[in-house]
Amino acid sequence: MKKILKSTLAIVAVFAAFTSCNNSGKSSNSGALSSNNAEKVYVAPGEHDSHYAFISGGYSGNLTVYGLPSGRMFKEIPVFSQFPTNGYGYSEETKPMLETSYGFVPWDDSHHPDISQTKGKLDGRWIFINGNNTPRIARISLTTFETEEIIEVPNSAGNHSSSFITENTEYVVAGTRFSVPIPQKDIAIKDYKGNFKGALSFISVDPEHGHMDIKFQVLMPGFNYDLSHPGRGKSHGWFFFTTYNTEEANSLLEVNASQNDKDFIAAINWKKIEEYVNNGGGTMMPANYAHNVYDDNTHTATSTMKKEVRVVNPSEVPGAVYLIPTPKSPHGCDVDPSGEYIVGNGKLSANLTVHSFTKMLDAIKNEKFAGDAYGIPILNFEDVLAGSVEQPGLGPLHTEFDGKGNAYTTFFISSEVVKWKLGTWEVIDRKPTYYSVGHLTIPGGNSAEPFGKYMFAMNKITKDRYLPTGPEMEHSAQLYDISGDKMELLLDFPTHGEPHYAAAIPAEIIKNNSRKIFKLTENEHPKKALSDADTKVVRDGKNVHIYMTMIRSHFSPDNIEGVKVGDKVFFHITNLEQDFDVPHGFAMIGARNAELLIAPGQTRTLTWEPEKVGVWPFYCTDFCSALHQEMQGYVRVSPASSDIELSWSLGE
Amino acid sequence: MKKSLKLLSIIAIATVISCGGNDKKKEESSYGKKAPVKTEKKVAASQRIELSNKGVGPITSVTLAAEIDQDMANHGMEVYNKMCTACHKADKKFIGPAPKGILERRAPEWVMNMILNPEGMVKEDPLAKDLLMEFNGAPMANQGLTEEDARAVLEYFRTLK
Repeated sequence: MKKILKSTLAIVAVFAAFTSCNNSGKSSNSGALSSNNAEKVYVAPGEHDSHYAFISGGYSGNLTVYGLPSGRMFKEIPVFSQFPTNGYGYSEETKPMLETSYGFVPWDDSHHPDISQTKGKLDGRWIFINGNNTPRIARISLTTFETEEIIEVPNSAGNHSSSFITENTEYVVAGTRFSVPIPQKDIAIKDYKGNFKGALSFISVDPEHGHMDIKFQVLMPGFNYDLSHPGRGKSHGWFFFTTYNTEEANSLLEVNASQNDKDFIAAINWKKIEEYVNNGGGTMMPANYAHNVYDDNTHTATSTMKKEVRVVNPSEVPGAVYLIPTPKSPHGCDVDPSGEYIVGNGKLSANLTVHSFTKMLDAIKNEKFAGDAYGIPILNFEDVLAGSVEQPGLGPLHTEFDGKGNAYTTFFISSEVVKWKLGTWEVIDRKPTYYSVGHLTIPGGNSAEPFGKYMFAMNKITKDRYLPTGPEMEHSAQLYDISGDKMELLLDFPTHGEPHYAAAIPAEIIKNNSRKIFKLTENEHPKKALSDADTKVVRDGKNVHIYMTMIRSHFSPDNIEGVKVGDKVFFHITNLEQDFDVPHGFAMIGARNAELLIAPGQTRTLTWEPEKVGVWPFYCTDFCSALHQEMQGYVRVSPASSDIELSWSLGE
Repeated sequence: MKKSLKLLSIIAIATVISCGGNDKKKEESSYGKKAPVKTEKKVAASQRIELSNKGVGPITSVTLAAEIDQDMANHGMEVYNKMCTACHKADKKFIGPAPKGILERRAPEWVMNMILNPEGMVKEDPLAKDLLMEFNGAPMANQGLTEEDARAVLEYFRTLK
C-alpha cells in the first residue's frame, strides 16, 4: 500500500515537473524544451553515445574527448602540456615529448584537431592537432588515445592555419600565422614589408605508422596565413589558405591590416610542388627542430633534433601558386564535400564569398590575371566567384557541410549559426548560439562524406548559461539536431580550456579498435620488471634504480633501504595487470614532479631526489581493489655519509 | 501536451516497474548479502576438498593423461613465473594460495576456470567466493591467459608435489 502511495506521488511529481518545464518553454526562445529534444540527447546509464567528439583544449594545450549526443566528457588527452593527472611530461618516458629547439616547453595552445582520412572519408586511425605558440604538430593514436608523435615546425610562428589533412592523409599541413624573417635575423621591425616571409609546411605522413616528416615548406609573401583546408575530390592536390594583413603591416594590425578591400585565398597546387621536390627541386636550408616519437612497445619517447628543411619559393614552380581575391580579412577557409566550392569567411565582410574550383582552373588556363604579388599571379575576383550569400549575418568565421547540399556558417558578432544552400546561396535557417560562436563541427563536416545528423557550436562567451563559477568560466557548447530542414537546439554543455575547432566521428569507426591493455609479452622497456624475479635495486654512483612491479594490491619491493640524501632515485615501475581498466598509481612523498598513472602492462619512471633523512612512504593513487589502502611501501633515507647497503624486500 | 502526459505516465510506470525489478535482482545478487550462518565449524575454503566442482567459465571438461607432459609443464612454468608469481608462491601462501597439491582438492576444470574467468568465479562459484573472503578480499587478477597457456599452467601444477 505504501509503495502504491509512493508511486502515485512520484507520478504526480513528474507531471508537475513536466508541466512547469513546458510552461517555461513557452516563454523561452531556445526552442529546445520539448520532451522530444530531451529524449534525443538522453543516453541511458550504461548505454553508449553514437559519436565521439574530439574538442581542442586551446590554452590547456590538450585535447578532450566527448560523447555525442550526451555531451559527456570521457577523457582529457595530454598533448602539448604537462599533465600531473597521469604524469605525462613528468615521467622520464614522456618528458622527451615536450622537447623543442627552445628546450623543454611544458605548454602550448592547441587549436584545430583533424582526423586522418582515406579517400576523403574519416578512417579513425589518428587525430592531428597543432600547437599554435611554439609551432608543433602532434599525432594522437585513436587506438591508445595517447600522443604518439610531435614534430616542431621551423620557420613558422603562430602555427594557426594548421593542422589539416589531405584526403588520403598524404600530408598534414601547417601554415604560419605570423610572418617572420627566414632565416631569423636581427633586423628592424619596421623593415617587415618585403623582408618577412610566411612558411606553409607540408608534412608527410607515413601511411603505415603515421610518422611525420617535413617534406617541404613553401615560402610565401609576408602575409598572415589564417586558416586552411585541402581540396578534395575534383580539387584533390590543391590546398587553400586564407590570408589577412596583405597590407604587410607590422603594428596596430587592428586598423592597419583592415585597409585592403580584399585579401587573398592562396591556392597551392601541392601535387605540382611535390613532383618538383621529388625531382630534386627546392633548397635544403639549415634549421633546428625537434622530432619526438613515442613507442608503444618500449613505452618511451625519444627526441631527436633535425638539422635541415627543404624550402621552395613559389617562383621556382610556375603554375603552382595563385592568389584569389577574397573580401575583408577572411578567417575560415572551407571546402565543400565535392571539392568544387571554397568558402572564404570574410570576417569584416557583409557577404559570404564562395569561389568555384572549376572557374579557378579556367581562369588559370586562360591566363586571366589581375596582376601579381611578389611574382605570384592574382586571379580576378569575378572570374573565380561562384556566388555570395547576401548579408547572412555579422562576422562570419567558419563553415561546415552536412553532405546534403547545405552549409552551416558561424557568425561571431551576431552569435548565430546560419544554414544556407550550396549553389543557390539562399539562407534556409538561422539559430542563435550562446554566445559569440567561434568554430562549429559536424561529424565528418570537413571531409568528402559528412555525417549530417548533429552539429555543435563552440562559443567564446558563456556568461549566464551555467551556474556562475567566479570571473572565469568554462566555455559553452551547443548541440543542434540538423537532420531536418530547420536546426534544433538540443543541449548545452561546458567544454574544457578554450575549444577552437573539434573533429567528430561515428563511434563505430573507432570504438572497436580502442586498446584495453598493453601486453606484458610486448613490453620492451629497457628497465621493465616482468616478474618478482626481475625486481631489484641497483646503485650507479649517486643514481639508484629501483626496478619495481605493481599488481592488486602491492608493490614489489615495498621496503627499500640504503638510499642516501643526495641520491637521485629512479622508480621504474611495471604494472603487471593484464586486465582492462586496472591502472595503478604511484606517488612519493616530497617528489617535486607528479604522480605516475601506469596502464596495465606499461612501465613508467618517476624521479625522486630525497633531501631529508627518514623513512618515507609511497602509495598507489588509483583506487584499485578492496585492499587499495594497503598498497603502500617505505624508502629509508640515510645520511649521505651512511654505509648502509642497498636492500629491498617484500613480505619479509 | 496530452501525448507528453501519456508518455510521462508510461515513463513513470516503467520506472516503478523497473525499480521493482531491481529490488528482485538485488536479492539474487551476491553483493551485500550476508553468508548464511552455519552452526558447524567450517573448514577453511582453501583446505576444502571439492573434486566434482568444475567452477564457472569456458572450461567444461579436461582430460589428464596418466603421465605428465613434461614439455607442456615446462611451458606452463614459464607462463606461471611471468604472469602469476606477483601473487602466488609455488609452495606457500602469499597474496593468494599456493598451487602445490591443488589437484588433490580441486577439479582441473575448476583450476582453469579460476585462471580464465576470475571475475565470474568470485561472483557465481560459492567456493571461489569463500576463497576471496579467506584471502582478505584480494581479488584474483585476470591475466589474460589463453586456454592453451592456462592448460599448460595446470600441467605445471601437476609437477608440484
